Amino acid sequence: MTYFTSLIAGVAIAVAGFIAPAFAQIEVQEVTTDGGITAWLVEEHSIPFTALELRFKGGTSLDRPDKRGEINLMMATLEEGAADLDAQGFAKARDSLAASFNFDAYTDSVTISARFLTENRDAAINLLRLAIMDTRFDQDAVDRVRGQVQSIIESDATSPNAIATSTLNALAFGDHPYGSSDNGTGESVAALTREDMFTARDRAMVKDRLYVAAVGDITAPELSALLDGLLGDLPQTGPDMAPRVEPALKGGVTVVPFDTPQSVVLFGQSGITRDDPDFIAAYIANEILGGSRESRLMQEVREKRGLTYGIGSYLVPYDQSEVILGQFSSSNSVTGQAIDVVKDEWQKLVDQGISQEELDAAKTYLTGAYALRFDGNAPIANILAGMQMIGLDRDYILHRNELVDAVTLDGINRVVRELYNPEDLTFVVVGQPEDLKSD
Amino acid sequence: MKTLLSAVFIGLALPAAATDISSFTLDNGMEVVVLEDHRAPVVVQTVWYKVGAADEVPGKSGTAHFLEHLMFKGTDTMESGELSATVTRNGGSDNAFTSWDYTAYYQRVAADRLPLMMKMEADRMRGLQMTEDDVATERNVVLEERNQRTDSDPSALFREQMRAAQFLNHAYGTPIIGWRHEIEQLNRDDAFAFYRQYYAPNNAILVVAGDVNPDDVKSLAETYYGPITPTEGLKERLRPTEPPQLVERRMEMTDARVSRPYVTRSYLAPERNPGDQSEAAALEFLASLLGGDGATSYLGQALMFDDAKATYVSAYYSGTSLDVGSFGLTIVPVPGVSLEQAEQALDDTIAQFIEQGVDLDQFERLKTQLRASRIYAQDNIESLAREYGMELAVGLSIDDVRAWPDALDAITPEEVIAAAKSVFNKSNAVTGYLMPESTPEEVAQ
Repeated sequence: MTYFTSLIAGVAIAVAGFIAPAFAQIEVQEVTTDGGITAWLVEEHSIPFTALELRFKGGTSLDRPDKRGEINLMMATLEEGAADLDAQGFAKARDSLAASFNFDAYTDSVTISARFLTENRDAAINLLRLAIMDTRFDQDAVDRVRGQVQSIIESDATSPNAIATSTLNALAFGDHPYGSSDNGTGESVAALTREDMFTARDRAMVKDRLYVAAVGDITAPELSALLDGLLGDLPQTGPDMAPRVEPALKGGVTVVPFDTPQSVVLFGQSGITRDDPDFIAAYIANEILGGSRESRLMQEVREKRGLTYGIGSYLVPYDQSEVILGQFSSSNSVTGQAIDVVKDEWQKLVDQGISQEELDAAKTYLTGAYALRFDGNAPIANILAGMQMIGLDRDYILHRNELVDAVTLDGINRVVRELYNPEDLTFVVVGQPEDLKSD
Repeated sequence: MKTLLSAVFIGLALPAAATDISSFTLDNGMEVVVLEDHRAPVVVQTVWYKVGAADEVPGKSGTAHFLEHLMFKGTDTMESGELSATVTRNGGSDNAFTSWDYTAYYQRVAADRLPLMMKMEADRMRGLQMTEDDVATERNVVLEERNQRTDSDPSALFREQMRAAQFLNHAYGTPIIGWRHEIEQLNRDDAFAFYRQYYAPNNAILVVAGDVNPDDVKSLAETYYGPITPTEGLKERLRPTEPPQLVERRMEMTDARVSRPYVTRSYLAPERNPGDQSEAAALEFLASLLGGDGATSYLGQALMFDDAKATYVSAYYSGTSLDVGSFGLTIVPVPGVSLEQAEQALDDTIAQFIEQGVDLDQFERLKTQLRASRIYAQDNIESLAREYGMELAVGLSIDDVRAWPDALDAITPEEVIAAAKSVFNKSNAVTGYLMPESTPEEVAQ
């Protein structure tokens, strides 16, 4: 086993949060196990438990074309029995240890979030290993969870929010996996077999797409041994990633009629990759446009006009595509008016840019808020795993605020002009909006 | 497994024993609680007013929540929106929430910004200003909030109807956000009258949690909150009580936006009371034993595994309230099982549970998780602060909050069964069916 430690000291006090009273520094260690697994670790021994975050790149976009929903169903069934334990036996064993394991499937990743006490760490990890490596996927368990997934699919069919999301995704991404729901369709899920579950597991969780972070009452040598035991037998590599796709958002309004008093509105256009040198500037620009309660969209649509309870916009850098998305809900009678305000704000952003005052306020907020994210073992483990997945190094925690502060007014306004395009801003409306039709 | 509904699950989460907690009262009657956690240079300030939707004047439903929105408008010394803008500028976040029994305001910031937060929060305790324009615009925001949270969601509408049927006389039957026709009529005078009477130091609890020490908090609280004049003559919170319920109340609701029909039932149940929490503790266990985890709970095993009639079952107990609490059950049947069959299966299973008694292994597992939750809870000072604020705001004391883990730990299987026999009384219940609108084709089949 080899590992080395990088001390993030001194100025990090105000930056990086999680500090035991006796130590004026935070340590993010990089641990490399004998088996070749790399993990980031923050030792925090004051509470006797550990949060462990495991992530695998790929996610539901690795579903085979005629097997949409297989990875989602597989992740939801992992905890439903392993080795000589059936679903109930597994749950009882987990509860007896007071451990928790969450298995989730997302568009670009599958994740396992575990929390376990120091006093029975080995037993908890052994149990988790059974779920990953010795999964049963009993037919009755697959069928039971399939029934739950199908009820979610049915529920989505009458949910304006879900209809809006699926409509926008289909418009933007078409036949690409990003264009349809992770859950699959009633038909595709009905056809999934027990064998598909084993196949999906071995496609979705592979060593060379693994990212690990641990925070809590565990040392580097202990973590190293734990990871080799837990993950050493995973397949080395998986199938090709989904191909890149350009979002086909070129403007216009799509109305999906739905009988409800309030229309749900989603809007979007092309975005920016996470590794683009301009990403931080774009992130600040979005913060000002729609990223917080003080944003232009919140002020104009909610505070000044009372047209919605909340509106927000987000940069969404998928692994294989990038969009900017936003969302709000308005009474059918004022939906059209609210959409006009959003369009005006998009245009105003491009025409008039961002002011020095706005830029300064956003920087102060973002740099001040960064430290507040590091609050608790699981949140820190999440941040550290996320950083690895987007290719940041450990020192990013130290330098991140400098990157924010380095953005100039000319720089951000150049990025705004290059990135935001009012003509491409595409709206999907689910409801009975008055005076608004698809074009 | 996949979770189907965003149901309320009241888990067995506990205050952590290891956290340093201190408390004191200012001369003007404001209670202060300090929870220390020095691991991160962060502080959370919450101010809890012991007033909520169940304290509103009849016919003015939604006043407490509307006022909560208006509290973000200006004061004598701050512009409209300035408080939140200042919190944001300092890298923090803020929010507020309203319940039937309390209204709370919250900021989370770097620890050295606590004085500024206190200054602003103290300022708006008595110095609120709002224009008629503010009021009119914000009323539209609240109507949009009601649209989004309630009117667009058949399950939320159904819950609202169920509560209205459960409480004939107590304001717990009125939605916190208010009935739409009454929200539309709320005005500036309504909000101000409520504000002047109830927003006062002797009706408030300050909870500060994080990287602070109690002496500093005391001195800051004396500086900022100390000078505020209390409201004289605040009366004890006595609300109308429920008349004896003589018969089960039943309802059926249809809505085209429902995809899967389900049955839900709520019973009136005793709440946690100062110095007397053991029945509530038994009900908390009862909810976890019956519906805590799909694979290990009694209802889950019987109805999702042994005889798979349900896609989802749950049980909850809601007992942290000033007045009477509630115990609830939900079952979503698998396709092909009718709501009547599902309800019957639920009733049969509960009868069987009472007859068989508590599975001692499962009981022991819950106690293990309970003890572990004291360890895990130390990692989240914010939720701990929230528990203290909420529990004090509904009339429990710090001693009660501290005693709750022990009250839970002391519960025996026999007490759980006794609580079940007592609470599952249908003449205390409202039972509802929520269904999709049947289409002609379905009728034809």
